[in-house]
Amino acid sequence: MQNRIAQGIRGLAVAGTMAFALTAPSIAAAQAEQFIPLLVYRTGSFAPLGIPWANGKLDYLKMVNERDGGVNGVKLSYEECETAYNTDRGVECYERLKAKNGGGSLFDTQSTGITYAVMDKAPLDKVPVMTMGYGRSDSADGSVFPWSFPMLGTYWTASDIIVQDIAKKMGGADKLKGKKLALVYHDSPYGKEPIPALQALAQKYGFELMALPVVAPGVEQKATWLQIRKERPEYVILWAAGIMTPTAIREAQATGFPRDKMYGIWWAGSESDVKDIGAAAKGYNAIAIQGSADRGKAHDDILKHVYDKDQGSANSRDEVGTVAHTRGMMIQMLTVEAIRTAQEKYGKGKPVTPEQVRWGLENLDITQARLDELGFGNLMRPVKTSCADHMGSSWARIITWNGQKYETTSDWYEADMSVVNPLVKAGAEKYAKEKGLTPRDCSKE
Amino acid sequence: MFYRENGQFKASYVEDQRIFKVQQDRVAIIAIVAIAALLVPMLASDYLLRALLIPFLILSLAAIGLNILVGYCGQISLGTGAFMAVGAYAAWNLGVRVPETPLLLQILAGGACATAIGVLFGIPSLRLRGLYLAVSTLAAQFFLDWAFLRIPALTNYSTSGSVSVGSLSFFGLPVESAAQKYLFCLGFVVVFAVIAKNLVRSGTGRQWMAIRDMDIAAGVIGIRPAYAKLTAFAVSSFIVGVAGALWGFVHLGAWEPLAFGLDRSFQLLFMIIIGGLGSIAGSFFGAAFIVLLPIVLTNVPELFGLPLSVDTAAHLEHVVFGALIVIFLIAEPHGLARLWSIGREKLRLWPFPY
Amino acid sequence: MGFFLETFLGGLMTGLLYALIGLGFVLIFKASGVFNFAQGAMVLVAALAMARFSGWATEALGSMVLGNVLAFLMSVAFMIAVAIVIERLVLRHLVNQELTTLLMATLGITYVLDGLGQMVFGSSVYTIDVGMPKEPLFLFEGVFEGGMLINPDDLIAAGVAATLVATLALLFQYTKVGRALRAVADDHQAAQSVGIPLGRIWVVVWAVAGIVALVAGIVWGSKLGVQFSLSTVALRALPVVILGGLTSVPGAIIGGLIIGVGEKVSEVYLGPFVGGGIEVWFAYVLALVFLLFRPEGLFGEKHIDRV
Repeated sequence: MQNRIAQGIRGLAVAGTMAFALTAPSIAAAQAEQFIPLLVYRTGSFAPLGIPWANGKLDYLKMVNERDGGVNGVKLSYEECETAYNTDRGVECYERLKAKNGGGSLFDTQSTGITYAVMDKAPLDKVPVMTMGYGRSDSADGSVFPWSFPMLGTYWTASDIIVQDIAKKMGGADKLKGKKLALVYHDSPYGKEPIPALQALAQKYGFELMALPVVAPGVEQKATWLQIRKERPEYVILWAAGIMTPTAIREAQATGFPRDKMYGIWWAGSESDVKDIGAAAKGYNAIAIQGSADRGKAHDDILKHVYDKDQGSANSRDEVGTVAHTRGMMIQMLTVEAIRTAQEKYGKGKPVTPEQVRWGLENLDITQARLDELGFGNLMRPVKTSCADHMGSSWARIITWNGQKYETTSDWYEADMSVVNPLVKAGAEKYAKEKGLTPRDCSKE
Repeated sequence: MFYRENGQFKASYVEDQRIFKVQQDRVAIIAIVAIAALLVPMLASDYLLRALLIPFLILSLAAIGLNILVGYCGQISLGTGAFMAVGAYAAWNLGVRVPETPLLLQILAGGACATAIGVLFGIPSLRLRGLYLAVSTLAAQFFLDWAFLRIPALTNYSTSGSVSVGSLSFFGLPVESAAQKYLFCLGFVVVFAVIAKNLVRSGTGRQWMAIRDMDIAAGVIGIRPAYAKLTAFAVSSFIVGVAGALWGFVHLGAWEPLAFGLDRSFQLLFMIIIGGLGSIAGSFFGAAFIVLLPIVLTNVPELFGLPLSVDTAAHLEHVVFGALIVIFLIAEPHGLARLWSIGREKLRLWPFPY
Repeated sequence: MGFFLETFLGGLMTGLLYALIGLGFVLIFKASGVFNFAQGAMVLVAALAMARFSGWATEALGSMVLGNVLAFLMSVAFMIAVAIVIERLVLRHLVNQELTTLLMATLGITYVLDGLGQMVFGSSVYTIDVGMPKEPLFLFEGVFEGGMLINPDDLIAAGVAATLVATLALLFQYTKVGRALRAVADDHQAAQSVGIPLGRIWVVVWAVAGIVALVAGIVWGSKLGVQFSLSTVALRALPVVILGGLTSVPGAIIGGLIIGVGEKVSEVYLGPFVGGGIEVWFAYVLALVFLLFRPEGLFGEKHIDRV
């Protein structure tokens, strides 16, 4: 018996070596297709968020191929690569896909850690990195970070908007003075990113910030919520992801903290975070990336062109229109529009290189009319990027869980750039100094 | 036929104490190193170098370090990831604070810091053993993870706690392209593999093995357990720390504590189990196996026209991984290294086994 | 003062949950000398099974109570099946191996269970709804400002844990199987030679550990939801068994309470001075400090070395 197993292993070892020989990357002939690599996490502790997000990205690409036949006739091809939110898996995916099929148009890494690792490689490989609503907040400064695009808002603009909404609920910014706000955050670069912005805001408005880290993955938060019960902050800002969000809401319930005094960052504001808690999460607020909790024509198009033809990525068509899925669509819409913009400059109907896509991302100008046309009219505000501003737009709305679904409960807010910009500038300068970079002169571009 | 050692006589003590006693082995190893150093960087694609060979080399180095502790000295450690992190962060801090430090010195300093921390967390091993020791190394893992997240001075007050390195150069030579990075890592791996191989054959190495086989008996014959255990922790942590610095500097370029989390510790432990406990060559086999497995699992079904969805592939990888560990422990507790040596024995007699 | 009591009580409750998981470790270690690293994965798989079965059963039967009872029975059967498979495929082939080999084999089992569990049941967040009350109660509102917060679900969980421990103690002490278990724990070979079927005993132990895992999974899952990360809770429970001693059932309970309280009190009172997030390593360091004085844990059997 033992011997047979040992033989089996030897066989396996041989198979392994053969498989190695087979996996040496085959360089496929570049076809007239635009290749979009999709880094996703459908497993691991963040899977509940990652799955609909990845589905949204996939569905939008399928829909563009189906409805428009691609971008000006150039079909979009794509390949998913599972990262499990793990940096070295992400780096492997990046290396594998960056040169595949004529070059990965752009990377949306879906993870702060992977973004940090890939960001330094991207300029050398000439591949743009788009981090919609996550990533490195100071990379909004395109003069220092020519290849990074934290589109539609960063953690710093989000912090500002959350505080704006809190101020409004309290009846004016002056009411914040002397009050206490708590930040409950995932103990990782992701969770720590907003702290400088919130500290700057605390200084500006005179409130006290109490930062409470939660050890990843965040399944045990009793101590944190006991501290909140003791200190009785006015509001709790929740910088959570994955299982940490529902756990936090449940602990809030268990310690009697009112859910309507909680604000989640957008990654903590998906249906999967609150659905199972149902009524107990009623009143829970989250900031949306732009207006991602609404529905637009784009959703109908996806249902019509993808789900009606049984091509949907999600198991159920109910997932279309959920917040996380919509965010995936928005990311992909920006990708497709960047490719379109690049094609307008470098030749319509031809695939563009990653370097040209970067130009497209930097010169994106999506007007309200264009948004309406794309079916995103009520989901977001116009986006216009430039060399100096890689964010394009920082508008966002607050959404609230009513027990069954998210409702948009605030008007549009724009981040206060007088708070965010100095931070971006300082961060970018520090980065340029560390790396020995000379920033581009944006007035000449 | 080609692997016979008839006629190779050991006429002096020097010849008797060679690492590779058979001439064919010497030729083979020189050929392998030569191919690795000359041919591979020329022929291998960028992807192969960056995504497979560089991680393979660095993880082999870390596995060698861990193997010294677990395989040779018998002290289970579940904190390897954290010791790698110490190496990486220490090297990085030196680079940030004293920018003119050469890269080599930074990396070795990383190793030195890891040694200090490793010995510190090795002290409980004087009193604890087996499982209880494993748990105390877990304490190191969790504590160091926390320290790198929470102590801003260690990350030079970076807002997110992520750190990154600029362009690298080795005595004026750039370490930028994939091939350069690969050669840089290869240099470290070859040097440390030779050092490790010699150490485990030395008096110290034999003391480690005596402690591993039975510490009480080793004490009775005059081996000082404290000295043996702590040297094993020191040497192991040094190599692991250097590997950590390479992982951060050369492979990732930017990292956060998560890159050196508990999963990394487990991964390295699996490498040496699958590769072979108490074998330097086994560390390489194990690292190769574990680096390749996920990539093979994602690519092979595709080749046969059965594309798995990425999540199924990831789950399947977990399952295959776990199953392989169990199979190895049952069928070949000494890992791939043992299979290799069985193969060698057979080859020596081939084609006339009688 | 009120707040300190609250923290203390919160720690005790969390500690009980750790103890429930720790109990699984102790059971298996006691009876087979295997340190079962897969206990966390077993909690996850059991909870996932329960969550999915109860969803289906409740829908099919149209009654939450009946559905949950049926789902519980199905999950028990499922965990027994898991135990049988583990014995057949793994343990049987590893009789008389070293402690570390067995430990690593359970690490392998962890990976298999994690992967298979998610492949079969999915990696989203699921809920187990057994109708536990969620809203907090406030006691002694006259004595302390703001009263003292108690969670009724914690109380129920404590009751469940206590019942479970009592049952297990009875099982070990007074039944035939219990005696056989203790014999196997003392000496595999001797037990076998007096006619105790080793294989069957191992199945029984792993099945019992699986059921303990199921109870822990239900208690924890109904409080906080079930997802992949649940398996990491086992790492929080590790210092508990190390502290209490690997061979002692009461040790797991007392260790759990000490770790639970130590963790919460340190996080709440020491955490703010060093930036917080210390509870994980604090538990380990606490266990380590105890270990340096008592290397076999508080209630572990003294190990005598012979050359």
